[in-house]
Amino acid sequence: MATAPHDGFAQLVHAEWTKLRTVRGWLVGLLVAVVLTIGIGLLGPLGSQISCVHVDGGGCSAQSPPKGPDGREVVDDKTIVYRFLSGDGSITARLTDFDGEYAPTGDVQAGTVHGLQPWSKAGILIKDGIKPGSPYAAVLATGSHGVRMQYDYVHDLPGLAGPVSAATPRWLRLVRTGDVITGLNSADGAMWTAIGTVRLANLPHDLVIGVFAASPQYEVIKSSFGGTRSNGGPTTATGTFDRIALTGQTSGDWTVPPTYTGSGPDGQPLRPQGGDGPKAPTGAVQHGSDGFVITGSGNIAPMAVSEGSGKTVESALAGTFAGLIAVIVVAALTMTAEYRRGLIRTSLAASPRRGRLLAAKATVLGGASFVTGLAAAAIAVPSVTALEHHKGLYVFHASAGAQIRIVVGTAALLAVAAVLALAVGTIVRRGAAAVAAVIVVIVLPYILAVASVLPAGAAQWLTRLTPAAAFAVQQTVTSWPQVTAVYTPTNGYYPLSPWTGLAVLCLYAAVAYALAHRLLLRRDA
Amino acid sequence: MTSTSAPAQPPPPAIAVQGLRKRFGATAALDGMSFAVAFGTVTGFVGPNGAGKSTTMRVILGLDTPDEGRALIGGVPYAKLRRPLSHVGALLDAAAVQPGRSARNHLLWLAHSQGLGAKRVDEVIEASGLGSAIRRKAGGYSLGMRQRLGIAAAMLGDPPVLMLDEPFNGLDPEGIVWIRGCLRSLAAEGRAVLVSSHLMGELEDCADHLVVVGRGRVIADTAVAELIARSSGGRVVLRTAARAGATTALAGAGGTVAVTGPDTLTVDGLGAEEVVRVLSAAAVPFAEVSAHRASLEEAYMDLTRDSVEFRAAQNEAQNEAQNPAQNEGAA
Repeated sequence: MATAPHDGFAQLVHAEWTKLRTVRGWLVGLLVAVVLTIGIGLLGPLGSQISCVHVDGGGCSAQSPPKGPDGREVVDDKTIVYRFLSGDGSITARLTDFDGEYAPTGDVQAGTVHGLQPWSKAGILIKDGIKPGSPYAAVLATGSHGVRMQYDYVHDLPGLAGPVSAATPRWLRLVRTGDVITGLNSADGAMWTAIGTVRLANLPHDLVIGVFAASPQYEVIKSSFGGTRSNGGPTTATGTFDRIALTGQTSGDWTVPPTYTGSGPDGQPLRPQGGDGPKAPTGAVQHGSDGFVITGSGNIAPMAVSEGSGKTVESALAGTFAGLIAVIVVAALTMTAEYRRGLIRTSLAASPRRGRLLAAKATVLGGASFVTGLAAAAIAVPSVTALEHHKGLYVFHASAGAQIRIVVGTAALLAVAAVLALAVGTIVRRGAAAVAAVIVVIVLPYILAVASVLPAGAAQWLTRLTPAAAFAVQQTVTSWPQVTAVYTPTNGYYPLSPWTGLAVLCLYAAVAYALAHRLLLRRDA
Repeated sequence: MTSTSAPAQPPPPAIAVQGLRKRFGATAALDGMSFAVAFGTVTGFVGPNGAGKSTTMRVILGLDTPDEGRALIGGVPYAKLRRPLSHVGALLDAAAVQPGRSARNHLLWLAHSQGLGAKRVDEVIEASGLGSAIRRKAGGYSLGMRQRLGIAAAMLGDPPVLMLDEPFNGLDPEGIVWIRGCLRSLAAEGRAVLVSSHLMGELEDCADHLVVVGRGRVIADTAVAELIARSSGGRVVLRTAARAGATTALAGAGGTVAVTGPDTLTVDGLGAEEVVRVLSAAAVPFAEVSAHRASLEEAYMDLTRDSVEFRAAQNEAQNEAQNPAQNEGAA
């Protein structure tokens, strides 16, 4: 330090670090933050008791959903009529009718009605084998979102709008050239427009090419105090295709799945998937010389995470709020204790440039809280995930980048919250008031939003407008426009993107810091 | 020390307080406070509680902003000082420590803020006499130990100017003697020392100069030697077992006699030799005749006796002492 410039900022940072590390209670507070964050994260899987026997007796691994090309969990469950395509080629089909069936009460026994789900699908596809989760590209009509080109589960491009009927049929076409697949659509079979051209990496020479139908779960989402509930059940969609034409080198005959038309042992109609499905059978039947009527249930889409379906990686960080409280207490007290003891006068006499003192404190507390958060998250994520695996819980995929982001983001969340607490402590100069105020603006909205007590709308606004928005930095799940699900903070979905959410907290911290700076300069000590 | 004066002018005083005014609500805490503190002297800053001593010191350190006037350290405002603790060492409130932090670590962070190292900390600990107690938590310190810690902190930057607010508070006699000796030797090294007290007796044998304040302004600004000489007058102290005889004889010779103890009389208007002559002539026995030297306390009372402002301030302080709730603003 002897070579440092005199009265330099580095000296003040050094002094503030000495202050922080020489009060045992404060170091213990930061350690408690680490322990609480990890401990509460571990409590989640420790408290879970699941029986690991699948219906087929195969154990838990049988419950794992298929994974798409990027490692994400997907739903790949449809009725498909297909052949094999070797090398380049194309498929064209006309969809002349598209209808579905579902139980509006969620209970099939209580009666079903005709109608499509918003994302019911009927169309053509090219796929790398029939194995669930394999790469594909499709052009399809939907219940209420017009024609789309979708590929590899997560990608979705819009085509022609409007519903399908005999009067307004939809012509669909997919063209394969090497790894490149082009999707086209047409209202009359003469005027074709391209929806998109995509490259599917490493496509094999031989592909499945065919016609399919699928219809996702019927969802009734009820939002009220006490939380958001979703009720629903299986649905079916039936697409009527004709004018099916293939080009290129195709082999084999059409593989047509059997139709469940027979009766079960009890005389009741068989239901698809063995569940309480609609009475309409799934399957396909020939329609004229060049067509099929295909009835399908299920979906080809990314899987939305919901309660009970498994654990997200960020569930390992469920204890962050508790660690955050400990960090807030330490950060606020480092300032308010100086006011309480009159020590602030000694500090300001040693550093008459008051803005620098506040900046040095913010640097040290922000840095210490960052390291605290980094240690807590870097231990919690792998250890909790390992425990979840050990307990047979399913853990949803998160990319390495996303995992690093939630660990670093958690550290940043604690660091910025510490600066906010320091600023509020400087403004109010009372430890209890400062701690209470910061907990009320950041931890309380978070708990209200995730604890399933508020209607979804209120929870979303809380996580958009309050500093609790920063918890979005821990989100690894994605809300898909093309998948209907309960996208609430309770299920891990935040309205803002990770870094935007953190920016909301930064904004609050910056405003509080500016006010603290102003008051510190103006007030008598 | 930097100086902005022209070469012909004398160097600026260690501390210059110029026309400070400051109000806390309806109360004028400082009402035109002006004085200077010279290098090489211990200046006593005396007045009743609430006279504005602590506020003045806070203004000097740039902690409080005056409504009017300014305070300079060697001609420079405190806020402009670089590494301020090497210019001014201050002890404002010995209780201002973090209870959970050890005394040594308290000195260590303060040293780090000035770019000083642990070596300097150990030096001031050595001088403070705190010894092994320095590793204990400051929260467990007695007030006397905290005063020593505060002085050690003030000495960290080896500053030419020192400012201590009520350093005698709560000290045992040994501590008072230690601080007096400490202040004397600091002044002897050429430093300027400003030390406040609300009790004049504490500054006995310690202060060279006095700034007496009441109600936020200076009532007297004088050298201690001069003040005592003036108060002592030409009085003579006489010790005798025959008080009545002595009083009659001396009064007859034109002296004014006051009884100041069971066997002590104070005589005004007659010299010591004359007293001896009168008593011998009247055959009155006596044990001792000596010239009277006023105590600082007495001199202080003489000085303030006629000051209406001062008495008002003192009455106010007494009232406030009886009713501490009203004492907040100016304390």
